[in-house]
Amino acid sequence: MTVFYLSLMVVIPLVGLFFSTAKIGWEGILGVFREDRIRAALFLSFYVGSISAIINMFVGFLFAWVLVRYDFFGRKIIDTLVDLPFTLPTAVAGIALTTIYSQKGWIGKLFAPYDIKIAYTPIGIIIALVFIGFPFVVRAVQPVLEDLPKELEEGAKCLGASPFTTFWRVIFPELWPSILSGTGMAFARGIGEYGSVVFISGNIPGKTEILPLLIITKLEQYEYSKATGIAVVMLIISFSIMFLINLAQNRASRRLT
Amino acid sequence: MNRYSPNFTKWIFIGLVYFFAFIILILPILIVFQEAFAKGISGYLESLQEPDTISAFLLTLKVAAIAVPINTLFGFVAAFTITRFQFPGKNFILTIIDSPFAVSPVIAGLIFLLIFGRQGWMGSFMEQWDIKVVFNTPGLIIATMFITLPFVARELIPLMQSQGKEEEEAGILLGASFFQTLKKIIIPNVKWGLLYGIILCNARAMGEFGAVSVLSGHIRGQTNTLPLQIEVLYNEYNSVQAFTAASLLVFLSLLTLVVKIILEKNIHRK
Amino acid sequence: MSIEIKNVYKTFGSFEALSNINLKITHGELVALLGPSGSGKTTLLRIIAGLESPDRGEVIFHDENQIPSQVKNGDVGFVFQHYALFRHMNIFENVAFGLKVRKKNVRPSKAEIEERVYKLLKLVQLDNFQKRYPSELSGGQRQRVALARALAIEPKFLLLDEPFGALDAKVRKELRTWLRRLHDEIHITSVFVTHDQEEALEVSDSIVILRSGKIEQIGSPDEVYNKPKSPFVFNFLGDVNLFHGRIQEGKAIIGNVDVDSPEHTGVSDTSAVAYVRPYDVEIVRIKDQGIAAEIQYIHSTGRNVRVELKRIDTGTLIESVLDQETYKSLNLLPGETVFLRIKKAKVYVDDFSI
Repeated sequence: MTVFYLSLMVVIPLVGLFFSTAKIGWEGILGVFREDRIRAALFLSFYVGSISAIINMFVGFLFAWVLVRYDFFGRKIIDTLVDLPFTLPTAVAGIALTTIYSQKGWIGKLFAPYDIKIAYTPIGIIIALVFIGFPFVVRAVQPVLEDLPKELEEGAKCLGASPFTTFWRVIFPELWPSILSGTGMAFARGIGEYGSVVFISGNIPGKTEILPLLIITKLEQYEYSKATGIAVVMLIISFSIMFLINLAQNRASRRLT
Repeated sequence: MNRYSPNFTKWIFIGLVYFFAFIILILPILIVFQEAFAKGISGYLESLQEPDTISAFLLTLKVAAIAVPINTLFGFVAAFTITRFQFPGKNFILTIIDSPFAVSPVIAGLIFLLIFGRQGWMGSFMEQWDIKVVFNTPGLIIATMFITLPFVARELIPLMQSQGKEEEEAGILLGASFFQTLKKIIIPNVKWGLLYGIILCNARAMGEFGAVSVLSGHIRGQTNTLPLQIEVLYNEYNSVQAFTAASLLVFLSLLTLVVKIILEKNIHRK
Repeated sequence: MSIEIKNVYKTFGSFEALSNINLKITHGELVALLGPSGSGKTTLLRIIAGLESPDRGEVIFHDENQIPSQVKNGDVGFVFQHYALFRHMNIFENVAFGLKVRKKNVRPSKAEIEERVYKLLKLVQLDNFQKRYPSELSGGQRQRVALARALAIEPKFLLLDEPFGALDAKVRKELRTWLRRLHDEIHITSVFVTHDQEEALEVSDSIVILRSGKIEQIGSPDEVYNKPKSPFVFNFLGDVNLFHGRIQEGKAIIGNVDVDSPEHTGVSDTSAVAYVRPYDVEIVRIKDQGIAAEIQYIHSTGRNVRVELKRIDTGTLIESVLDQETYKSLNLLPGETVFLRIKKAKVYVDDFSI
């Protein structure tokens, strides 16, 4: 029964995609790369996706570290709020962030005098993606950090290691696989994100147009095969990157078991 | 004996966390409410009563009311089958269950469009029977079901895995029938995880934007879910109304978080 | 390095882990901290290691020439119950860790580190395992690596926290003997924590028995076993039978049996309890020369024979352990009435309750 439902809901769409790919063929896929606008969107989406994933890697790790190892006023509240990007509808996030970072917004107006625009530029997109991908790294690292036996640190300390050395050579290697996995998920989410980005980006073709929006635009123009082509290329590239990240993560965690 | 005192670095880190938490997490919530109440409470209430907004809200509820129970049932059955039975291809099925997560919602919408749209494969089939799926409610429901498919399953699978089947086996050996075991042993054990999965599923179903955007047709009052309605209002520079509608969803989101806290307290008590 | 613990107190919240601990460990001694769970032994060890600090009191270190000495991180060899090996490093790197993290001016050269690590691995008989990872080793092997790692830094003393607790019985015994021999060779001041009295008795030079945060007795294995100062110590170190009776001038009188109790020569006519080990309970068939008891149960463990009896006068259950020869010569059967004599006992006045 499960298999029946699954096939209906998931396998058919996936297979459908595969067949559509076949329909447009190799030509269709290469054709995608020929259009400037598409290439620009491709480059942009992967570029902002990577940058925001990396930012999330650092900030997310900081949060996981502080939430697990220190106790302070408001810890529980912040811990719960970490899930906010996960539960908040993307459109809401989109309009909220745009308002904050536009020229007249709370943060946007701090930068206006320096002639720095945040909303309607790639920077704005990066900020939106940081918001969206934020919980992934935190939630990936937290459980691993919590379960880390304190004897490892104590052992290193007794052997004479400084706090920094202990962190870098003992604790960090244990956490690295989960950091990778969380960052990978944030990246995957960032590439395909639509709702929160479409407001803040301004969607200027060639400059701030992300791939998902381009797909929709093509659909509205009834250029179905182009849209499909873009989708296929997107999927291939992101699956490859995810695959690589998974490989790295597997290698890193193999030592640990 | 010396013991290193991390106090200085500790407070710097905590300070940084406060800073980022405020900017990244708290500011967005604040601004939603600030804008929603920009015209005061009367402005807020007025926006709530906008007919298009209300019908968008109802549509969102309707879609969720169908998608969530179905996916809950699926998630439960899937989790049960996967954790209690041995069969080949388990890993494959797990990957498939996870796939809606990895796919961009827009692409998901695109696929359904390709299948059910007038020019899609089943298009002519659909026309024969005069079933309009795309740009209509059923399309929204199907897209939402796809997107939220994994949630309940992902909550239940690790939970049921770690619980092990001994209790159920004990029940069966003592003579309980399958349904009795289900009702009295299995469900009580997973109830908190199940509840959390349902809540997440619901939050995502109500908030979904990308996939429904492709399939919706954007006809106000008819095929606009609440998130889509928000987009429309915002693009018309109708910011108070847009943010008012948004505030409803923010409430939902915060409610989800509150339920999570309560659930965690209960899980720990077990 | 000698360790002196003076007036140490430690509380966790409302729980008093240690109170009024005074203890001197001489240079080169191998000391066991023995006690049930919650007795404070691990807390005391961690305070010596510097992983916790006492609420009151202090720990003072002196080197071999009696000069007070400072002990820092990098001077302490600590071995954990669950090894705490670094999973992502191979055996060589684990053992070399303490040497590699030293500050530039005291760090040995790469060649020297290699040599030292190799010598240590040879000492723990794991020299072929240099490139292996902890996950590939058995529990006993991992613990030996942990020991090598602790010794690599040439610590001033060695601390072990229930080092064999996570291992099977046979491996535990092997490592026990091995630790004793290692200590005979190296003579490093060592303190180890255990709740296994057999281990403490077999391995250490001196045992410190702890209970509820306080020291019950300190002495050599012989002393604490044969001259236990309190019923708790007696009970903790082995099985015990209790015989209630009265003391009369140096003799405990239990029923129609009496036992010499020279430490109570001055005492007259007080109630007392005699603590007797099962193998000090003799079974005879001659009436009037012992306490009558009915045999309940006989069980041969292969090495000895355990006989469970019930006293006819009080109904108390008594356990006696006989060697195979004695058992065979007595020809005992369940249900028979026989007579018990006490070969040796430790008598305590004022009914202590355990």
